[in-house]
Order: sequence, then C-alpha cells, then structure tokens
Amino acid sequence: MNSPSLRLFTFAAPSRFYRLAGWMVPWFWAATLVLSVAGLYIGFFVAPTDATQGDAYRIIFIHVPAAWMSMLLYLVMAFWAGIGWAFNARLASMVARAIAPTGAMFTFLALWTGAIWGKPTWGAWWVWDARLTSELILLFLYLGYIALVNAIDDVRRADQAGALLALVGSINVPIIYFSVKWWNTLHQGATISMTAAPKMATTMLTAMLLMTFAFWAYAFAVVFTRTRAIVVEREAHADWVTELTRGKMHP
Amino acid sequence: MRDLFLAVLLRDLKLASRRRIDSLLPVVFFIVALSLFPLGVGPEPQMLRDIAPGIVWVCALLASMLSVGSLFAGDLADGSLEQLLLAPQPAIAVAAAKSAAHWLLTGLPLIVATPLVGLLFGMSGSALLALVAGLLLGTPILSLLGALGAALTLGLRSGGMLLILIVLPLTMPALIFGAGAVGNIEAGLDAGGHFSLLGALLLATALGAPPATAAALRISTE
Amino acid sequence: MNWGSASAFFEMGGYGLYVWGSYVVAAVLMAVEPVLVHWRHRRALRDVSRMNSGNEAES
Repeated sequence: MNSPSLRLFTFAAPSRFYRLAGWMVPWFWAATLVLSVAGLYIGFFVAPTDATQGDAYRIIFIHVPAAWMSMLLYLVMAFWAGIGWAFNARLASMVARAIAPTGAMFTFLALWTGAIWGKPTWGAWWVWDARLTSELILLFLYLGYIALVNAIDDVRRADQAGALLALVGSINVPIIYFSVKWWNTLHQGATISMTAAPKMATTMLTAMLLMTFAFWAYAFAVVFTRTRAIVVEREAHADWVTELTRGKMHP
Repeated sequence: MRDLFLAVLLRDLKLASRRRIDSLLPVVFFIVALSLFPLGVGPEPQMLRDIAPGIVWVCALLASMLSVGSLFAGDLADGSLEQLLLAPQPAIAVAAAKSAAHWLLTGLPLIVATPLVGLLFGMSGSALLALVAGLLLGTPILSLLGALGAALTLGLRSGGMLLILIVLPLTMPALIFGAGAVGNIEAGLDAGGHFSLLGALLLATALGAPPATAAALRISTE
Repeated sequence: MNWGSASAFFEMGGYGLYVWGSYVVAAVLMAVEPVLVHWRHRRALRDVSRMNSGNEAES
C-alpha cells in the first residue's frame, strides 16, 4: 500500500493484483501472529504495573494502536480513492472500498477501549475529551463513506462520489481535531480531561509499537482479502475469473 | 461566470417566491424544534439560558440540512440541471449560486427568527448578539456544505438521511466555534478567537466547497 | 514476570473486567472480520462459477 505508484502500475491490473495479493496474505497473517504474540508478551509479562493507573493502563496496548490505525487507514483510503478517481483506476477504487470496513472497525475498537479505560480512571463510561470526540466523528466519517458508496448503484459513480467525500473528509480531519481540542480546553473546568498517557517506560512503548505493527499487518491481510473478493465480484465477466473458478471446480 | 451565477440565483429566488409556504418551512421547523426542548428538559430559566446557544445552533443545523436535500432535485427532475451543466461557464457558478440561494432562503430567515427565540430562552442581549453574529458567519457554511452533500446524494432513494449523515461531521467545527463564542460572552470572556476561526472557516469553505460541489454534480449526472 | 499466579493475571489488580473486556472484544472483532471477508470471497467465486455453468448449459 505504501509502495511508489510507478511500480504499482504493474499490478494495477486486477488479475495481477489478485494473484499477488493471494500470495502475500498468508505472510501478512504470519506477521500479525508473530508481532501480536511478541507485543502482548512484553505488554503483559515484561512491562511493569503503572504507579497511578495500576494494571488498567494495559488497555493502552489495544487502544492506541487501534486509534492510530483508524486514522492512518482513513488517509490511505482517501488516497487510493483519489487515485482511482484521478486515473480512472478501478483497482485503486476497489482497494479504497475494501479499507473502509476495517478502518471503521478499528475506530469502533478505539472508542470501545477508550470508554472502558475511562471508567476506572475517571469514573465515567464516556468523557467528551478531545481525542475521543474526534475519534467518534471519524467513525461518522467512515460510516458516511460506506453508506454513500453502498447507496449508489452505478459502480463508477459510487467510486467517484466516495472518493470526493473521502478527500473532503481527510481535509476536515485536522480541522475537526483542532476545533474539538479547542472546545475541550475551554471546558476544562466542567469536564474531566484525559491526562497524558502514563509516562512510557521503554517496555510499554515497545509493546505498544509491536501491537501497532501487528494491527498494520492484520489490516493488510484483511484489506487485501476483501479486495480480492471485490475484484471477483466486479470482474465476474472477465475470462481470467472464469478460468479461476473453472480451475477450482475441476482440480 | 458572474452572469450564470446571478441568473441561477435570481431564478431560484423567483421560484421560491412562487411557493412561499414551502420557503417558510425551514424557519417553522426551526422554531417548533426549539420549542420542544423546554418541554423535554423542563422550564427552569437558568438551564434554558445555558443550553440556548447550543440548541439554537443544532436546530439551525438540522433545519439547514433538511431543506438542502431538495436543492437540486427540482432541476434534476425537469432536466434543467443537465442544461445548466452544459453551459460553457464552469459549474462552480451553479454550485455557488445554489448555495447562496439556499442561504438567502433558509439561513437568513433563521437568523431573523433567532432574536425571537432568544427571548423565549431568556438570553441576555450580549449573548444574543454573539449568537446572531455567529449564525451570520456559520449559516453560509452550512449552506455551502449542504449543497455539496445534496450534489453527492443527487437522486438517491435514501438521499435525505444519507445527506445528513455525510454532512453533519463536516459542520461540527462551525457548531463548536459558534456555540462556544456565545458561551464565552456569557462567561464574560472575549470571543474574538471564536469569531476569527469561524470567519476563517467561512472563507475556506466558500473557496473550497463550490468546486467540490461542481465536481459532485458532474459525478452524479454523468 | 509480573504475575504471582494465574488468578492474579486474570484479576489485573482489580481491573480485570476492564482489561479483559477490552481484549476480548478486540479478539472477537479481529477474529470475526477475517471470517466474514473469507465468506464474501468464497461467495463471490461460487456466484461466478454458478453464472458460468448457467451460460454453458445454455450453449
């Protein structure tokens, strides 16, 4: 997903991508497994208990990676949707559509873990602090994109409309974050604000980074698989897809 | 380009003048929706005064979103939208004109109705002034973003709800700064920062939304 | 090592409900999502082969 676009043009043909992705997905799953085992081990068995928050802070190993992924995936989704629109590249639009549900999932997970973390630390199931509120709005942006592309029957129109919406959304994400932060600091007295994450011992930081990469590998695995499914759905009339299924039916 | 802009704007205004009742609906909704709050949360004056700026902004938002859904529907139905887009002038003029018409027909009446609402909620004079000033800057933003949403959801079955879902997140900064400005004034603080930010948002939206809306119109009518 | 015993591990210093509430939901989501995607992929391939066998039967 982050390789230079020139090289990617070789795999811009859905059939080539299908085969390449099929080869890569198991490796992504392997990476996910290794990284998450390493991250969780360090997070639970090496990183010490926090002085202020006790062991409740260990939620951070899910919460922060999920939040980072939710934001990264939105930008990546907008990027590929934009490429698909600008260059009329079907595959890029398919990748964008494949990213959305996973991005929404990570956003929800960040919100869920954020809320759960809030209960023991500040006594409430939800606090309207800047980051959580921005994350909530990000979830709305994801849902809006998914709803829009699903509501339009014409595939090409759906891809393009989705791209425009995603791009407008990504310009807005920093604005929204800034305005929510502003709003939050104004109400410092009234609401409880999220104190900075516990001072990171190196082990905590290591575990968090490992989990972030684990989530990243997971995202690649799931998004590539979903893209393959979308490719089959959309290119159903192509010869290579017919050959594909014939190969499966008559091994 | 200015000719096309004026032509579309004046046409929309004239069409609206022929259906005056329809044009008044957003304002009526605005007042009705606001009246629900005391019934729901109780008539205690101080609390109503506290929530007034926030709920006025939210109801203005909703009234805007509800009326913007049909911005292009009429023109799409009778084929005039296609003709407008075939014009040699850029579609940005059409998008801008439609947004301006929406603001004149929905935003401006809302602003005019706000002092009445302020009375109902017992707002102080300075707070009311801040509210009106904020709405003056903010309602055009709502019209501009609403037009983008309307263009994207043109002709779709679930259009209305979908439009609200996709546009509302984008309008949240305006809501935050607009309501926040009144809050500051009521607390005796300066609201200059809020108004500056709101003004900057308006500028950015006025420059960015019409081209995006024009692109969306082309996408939706191809 | 941080934990004296397995029960200490599950209790998480009293915060067990919160910590495991987070991890279990994460595990469930990240197990269900790949399965759903896999099903979608299989379904797509099945639909294509069904469509093609229909075409072949016609010709």
